[in-house]
Amino acid sequence: MSILVDKHTKVIVQGLGKTGQFHTDKAIAYGTAMVGAVHPSRAGSEFHFEGETDHSGVPSRDDAYSVDLPIFATVNEAVAATGANASVVYVPPPFAADAIMEAGSAGLDLVVAITEGIPVADMIKAKRYLADKPTRLVGPNCPGVITPGECKIGIMPGYIHQRGRIGVISRSGTLTYEAVHQVTQLGLGQTTAVGIGGDPVNGTDFVDVLRMFQEDDETEGVVMIGEIGGTAEEEAAEFVASEMTKPVAGFIAGTSAPPGKRMGHAGAIVSGGKGTAAAKIEAMKAAGIAVAETPSDMGEAMVRALG
Amino acid sequence: MKIHEYQAKQLMAARGIPVPMGRMATSVDEAVAAVRPLIEESGNPVVVVKSQIHAGGRGKGTFKEHPDVSGVNVITDGVEGGPSAAEQAVRDLASKMLGSTLVTIQTGEDGKTVNRVYIEQGIDIARELYLAVLLDRATGRNIVMASTEGGVEIEKVAEETPEKIVRAEIDPAIGLASFQANELAHVLAISGDAARSFARFVKALSTAATELDTDLIEINPLVITTADQVMALDGKMAFDDNALYRHPDIAEMRDETEEDPSEVAAKNAGLNYIKLDGTIGCMVNGAGLAMATMDTIKHVGGEPANFLDVGGGADEEQVTQAFQIITQDPNVRGIFVNIFGGIMRCDVIATGIVQAVQNVGLEVPLVVRLEGTNVKRGNQIIEESDLDVVSADSLRDGAEKILELTK
Repeated sequence: MSILVDKHTKVIVQGLGKTGQFHTDKAIAYGTAMVGAVHPSRAGSEFHFEGETDHSGVPSRDDAYSVDLPIFATVNEAVAATGANASVVYVPPPFAADAIMEAGSAGLDLVVAITEGIPVADMIKAKRYLADKPTRLVGPNCPGVITPGECKIGIMPGYIHQRGRIGVISRSGTLTYEAVHQVTQLGLGQTTAVGIGGDPVNGTDFVDVLRMFQEDDETEGVVMIGEIGGTAEEEAAEFVASEMTKPVAGFIAGTSAPPGKRMGHAGAIVSGGKGTAAAKIEAMKAAGIAVAETPSDMGEAMVRALG
Repeated sequence: MKIHEYQAKQLMAARGIPVPMGRMATSVDEAVAAVRPLIEESGNPVVVVKSQIHAGGRGKGTFKEHPDVSGVNVITDGVEGGPSAAEQAVRDLASKMLGSTLVTIQTGEDGKTVNRVYIEQGIDIARELYLAVLLDRATGRNIVMASTEGGVEIEKVAEETPEKIVRAEIDPAIGLASFQANELAHVLAISGDAARSFARFVKALSTAATELDTDLIEINPLVITTADQVMALDGKMAFDDNALYRHPDIAEMRDETEEDPSEVAAKNAGLNYIKLDGTIGCMVNGAGLAMATMDTIKHVGGEPANFLDVGGGADEEQVTQAFQIITQDPNVRGIFVNIFGGIMRCDVIATGIVQAVQNVGLEVPLVVRLEGTNVKRGNQIIEESDLDVVSADSLRDGAEKILELTK
């Protein structure tokens, strides 16, 4: 098993600008079941993708692919025609929250929002809109979700992943790659890697994903990577202590960050003495999480935690 | 983005939110000219001269050049001496404040130069409260936060008497409901006309927060006047940078003299840069990895000179600008480049580094750690160049190497 996405996940893409096209091509090369695109002004036509297969992805495929992706005017239309159950959003920031709500309106299981820079007020509304919909939002401002060898939704490089037994959750893109790479190098591999994003208002938090990993048979341990700002890591630590039986390793970025400064991510800020790395690390250690001292030690912390 | 108090008060006044009358001045003459009309309009011979900088604690702060002068001054000379005496007092004060360096608990030791002062009518205060509208990340909604302890730092109240802080959640589809505003007034023990004035105030402020895309509005103190009117005696606003595109009028309020010049240059180049006090410059892709790189430098015993995220799609031009910005900092004794190439290929970034270093002419040691897509080719490009560059295998290895080279 795995969480969130697998070989049965059928994905549509919302936002086929330069970035959306580039990563849709990579997803198809990886073997993700991309079934359509939403682009109102080009509905009725097709996007053509062709290239060399990424053999680190879904196994047993030809060396090359050539795909004509049908374009639809709305998410509803795309779902009706393709049976899609997930969507990935590359729509530019001013329109991204609307795209997320459209995915929710169509009743998709999952919408993964990659877009960085969505206004907070827009996300507050989108989150409320999704509250009574069946749709789970991952992101925004995240690298996406990947179940190695089955489905890659997002911008992460596929080849650093390897199917295995560790779940990975992170607020940061490149730090996720760092953790995944180490877990692969150590021969443990991943069940699913989930980037929950670096924004202050997001759809899925640590606790949601930890719960899914706890319930997933194949996942034997979890690496969680947090950073300064907010209290999501403290809440995650509480959940680990009270609800989880699987070992968890972790890392918190931002020990050296000065207070009051936003460290790149919109959500990465220590304000009024809240959201410090020290408080998060302390809470995680108290919950029995094996905290890595540097990001270079994340894989080994996982090995230690597995015992 | 932060704005000055006088700008926040302009925005509030434009929305019918009560603030004292005031005028901003950038020169002593302008400051003096503001006094008489203020006294005549308000009928109060007392005026206040407030330093305008993007940092709190102004009232308790003092000037480096004039240690006896506070950042905020109440002028009572007009009570007995009339407007002329008030004008003379403002002239004396403004000439000491303008152009001088105000040091508060929030500015650090270096302080900030005061280029603008705000001359405001005196207010007869009956009570001081605290009011803010800010994001509650746990629920993903804005909340109103209020406290009976006006004029005190909210962090201090949260620490010592958390029971004195009350909250109300703002439903994005409804706004702050009237019953919530009334309830806040009740809990804060505000009654009568003042309660009605408070409810109007807090509802208008909640609407302003949503409509203006603020990250934070903080009114400390919010005052109840002796005439039972609720009024913002101070006003602090910060805005969501990602939403400024729909508020061009607010974007124009940016005061770049309040920001670090190298951070402004980086922002204009599309780079995410924050200057720090250490000696090891860093250039990294991704915000999380950039933070983690600083942390690792510190962990092995060094001090990072900056946070710099070149982003996911940096080109040679941006890498060059990043090197220029890092090397302009005189404290930098060495640079650590840490790239995890995902979509960004290591050979492209290596070529960028080599060309950037040739263009900029690097005089300090450089350690490069590449990992990810096309890493072998990337390392080969670095090794084959004539540059004096040290390669590292991991983040930790790179941090140790640059520390050794800068000792």
